[in-house]
Amino acid sequence: MKYTLRILRKSPAEEKQYWQEFEYESVSESDTVASALRKIGEVKWECSCLQKKCGACAMVIDNVPRLACDAKLSECRSETVTVQPLRKFPVVCDLVVDRSILYRNLETMKTWLSQDADFGETNPDKYRELAYEGSECIQCGCCLEVCPNFYPGGSFFGMASVPLTMRLLSETDRKQYMENAKLYRKHVYSGCGKSLACKDICPRHIDTEKLLVNLNALAVWKRKKK
Amino acid sequence: MEKTVNIIGAGISGLSAAITLAQKNIHVNLISSMPSERAQSVLAEGGINAALDTMGEHDTVLEHFQDTVKGGVFIENEEAVMGLVKTAPSIVRELQALGVPFQHENGKFIQRNFGGQKKKRTAYAKSSTGKMIMAALTDRVRMVEAAGLVKRYTHHVLSSFVIRDSELKAVRVTDTHLLKTLEFTGPCILCTGGLNGFFEGYTTGTIQNSGTAAALAFSEGVEFANLEFIQYHPTTVKICDKVMLISEAARGEGARLMVMRDSKPWYFMEEKYELGNLSPRDVISREIALLEKTEGLKDFYLDATGIDENVWKTRLSDLRAELISYTGLDPAEKVIPIRPGIHYFMGGIRVDNGHRTNIKHLFAAGEAACKYHGANRLGGNSMLGAFYGGRVAAESAASSACLVSVSEVSYEETENEKQKDELCQVLLEGLGIIRDEKEIDGALNRTWDMASDFYSTDAKRALLGCAMLECAKERKESRGAHYRSDYPKTLDSYRKQTCVVFRGGKIMVRFEELSKAGSL
Ligand SMILES: Cc1cc2nc3c(=O)[nH]c(=O)nc-3n(C[C@H](O)[C@H](O)[C@H](O)COP(=O)(O)OP(=O)(O)OC[C@H]3O[C@@H](n4cnc5c(N)ncnc54)[C@H](O)[C@@H]3O)c2cc1C
Ligand code: SF4
Ligand code: SF4
Ligand code: FES
Repeated sequence: MKYTLRILRKSPAEEKQYWQEFEYESVSESDTVASALRKIGEVKWECSCLQKKCGACAMVIDNVPRLACDAKLSECRSETVTVQPLRKFPVVCDLVVDRSILYRNLETMKTWLSQDADFGETNPDKYRELAYEGSECIQCGCCLEVCPNFYPGGSFFGMASVPLTMRLLSETDRKQYMENAKLYRKHVYSGCGKSLACKDICPRHIDTEKLLVNLNALAVWKRKKK
Repeated sequence: MEKTVNIIGAGISGLSAAITLAQKNIHVNLISSMPSERAQSVLAEGGINAALDTMGEHDTVLEHFQDTVKGGVFIENEEAVMGLVKTAPSIVRELQALGVPFQHENGKFIQRNFGGQKKKRTAYAKSSTGKMIMAALTDRVRMVEAAGLVKRYTHHVLSSFVIRDSELKAVRVTDTHLLKTLEFTGPCILCTGGLNGFFEGYTTGTIQNSGTAAALAFSEGVEFANLEFIQYHPTTVKICDKVMLISEAARGEGARLMVMRDSKPWYFMEEKYELGNLSPRDVISREIALLEKTEGLKDFYLDATGIDENVWKTRLSDLRAELISYTGLDPAEKVIPIRPGIHYFMGGIRVDNGHRTNIKHLFAAGEAACKYHGANRLGGNSMLGAFYGGRVAAESAASSACLVSVSEVSYEETENEKQKDELCQVLLEGLGIIRDEKEIDGALNRTWDMASDFYSTDAKRALLGCAMLECAKERKESRGAHYRSDYPKTLDSYRKQTCVVFRGGKIMVRFEELSKAGSL
């Protein structure tokens, strides 16, 4: 099967982006956009695990933010597939973007435990489960692409800072808790329109709605664990 | 400026080293080609070993030690392994304190069985143990970053070493976003992972670990060890761009290995081997390679169709979803075509028990280094080795810590390898599961040709390729992951460490007594 990849490119030295088309002859039904990009070669993109577990290859494919290694060509809507870099981050070159804002935001959110983890006494399994789900985030940035309220540099940090905050609040119940809850209210709760545009986008299938509900209970309505 | 150590690589070993140094108030430049979320360590599924003895089996540190040295077929420095297994229980508790949601019941760790170990010793967090550990470590490093102790240089790739008179003076790294090269003086810990990039498309790991860092080190006279020991995992499935691991858990739940012979399914492991489908990784991989070579059989499968629906739902749901998504086959209904794939590199940079290399002020840890796993590593021991090794390396590097300068130097290009595929094909021929002198020599001739100019990145990579082949050639016996059809016996005279170094335009291989494998 022959596909045409219409790719939005940019050379490192220049500002201007341009479209270029590449032909790709697929070898198997399960070929992905990542397979095509590997074959094409000259287009720069980021890739690591090639099995949906690292977030490196997030890009916009046929207008949807997703992982290139998860985007099967045979499931794209036509034989011409458009591929462009994530739009909320500065483009470095071709499909490579600078996602460093994600990490700066996590630092502002102080997503670390300053004491030993403690899952509480009454329902530790529930909080372990939430911590597990929170730790699953691969910082791909897909959820920010679709979020109507997120822009880089703004004080609203979007869904990408929520999972690790969930991990944290499910593992701590003491002093640190107050501070993180406050940061959550400031950088997530107050700016989130709860449109849930981010709901079915996460490639790790993180249940964003569930995380928001649980976090709001913990951080906004202050339902303590013990 | 404060006392500083440079670390290259931000997987489990690099993060562990950074945390240890920060605890000592020593500053760290943490350099990596990608953020930690994208390091290979996040792929680890099964778990991490420690004799926590929570399963009522009276497990002990001594038994963990015995299983590890036996698995490694007795060519590891025992003092080093003892250090590893003794510390393991406190490491796992520490990881839990950092927030890893290990599986628990009634306030106790649940531990599972893993190949090569007699007792339930592997602590785990569902099927994402590596990801959970990395999330907790990355957050802890973020804390010390905020405190100003760690400075991250992400999207920076090692471009060269400055080594004079066997002493590391500086490392140079290129910022792949801004296309400029920085020189960092001072000591360095290499945590750049295994040699996957030499076998692109044939390993379960990530191609981010290109192996180029190791190749640069080797060409500068850094000593390596045990490069002939490459672990092939028997059950990997070819997906479009790599081979994907099918965890042992599937066989643990009843999946069977099968091959088509005379158009009929044959469950080949069940007749010849007492442990059948649960035999160790190297045994099954070898059996597959043997059937291929001697009987010309080709179509090998994992038959998991007999597994109970309930088990799929409760314990193997991730695996099933992954297989359906990448192969289009539902393992509950169809057999899955499998092949042995490269999964782990036991060999690497030769380090003493303090993780020092033969080059002063250069240290190595994690899969980049050769330590703890001998001729074959046990599942669950490598994350442990990476975390422990990173810590030990940091303890040693602390005494080399000094004022470090960072300055821009003329641009050095990275990621410019052109002969990756060609080198890979040659190495696969010489370093297959079953090897003989003729194959190795054939591959060596061609690899030497590629290495001839010594200067390009491709040539330096080929040079390390030659070193792997030379190690395989000189070890004229079979042991663990190294099987020579022309020397099928395990010989006491080879109960030694293979050491390999590039000096004066030549690759030199020697065998070192194990008592000396702990020092240099
Ligand atoms: C599918 C799979 C499953 C596994 N399951 C288990 C398991 O259940 N239990 C277990 O114990 N082990 C398991 N392992 C093995 C284990 O995950 C690894 O051995 C271990 O995580 C390696 O950690 P590391 O710190 O050495 O390096 P890695 O995590 O590989 O990190 C390497 C780092 O170096 C950086 N880097 C590489 N090259 C360069 C360069 N040239 N310049 C700059 N930076 C560079 C990378 O960006 C990365 O940050 C598994 C491995 C795989 C592939
Ligand atoms: S719910 Fe809407 S506003 Fe809130 S993070 Fe998701 S997409 Fe953004
Ligand atoms: S929440 Fe999901 S979509 Fe958003 S950054 Fe994390 S993994 Fe990506
Ligand atoms: S390469 Fe890791 S998610 Fe695609």
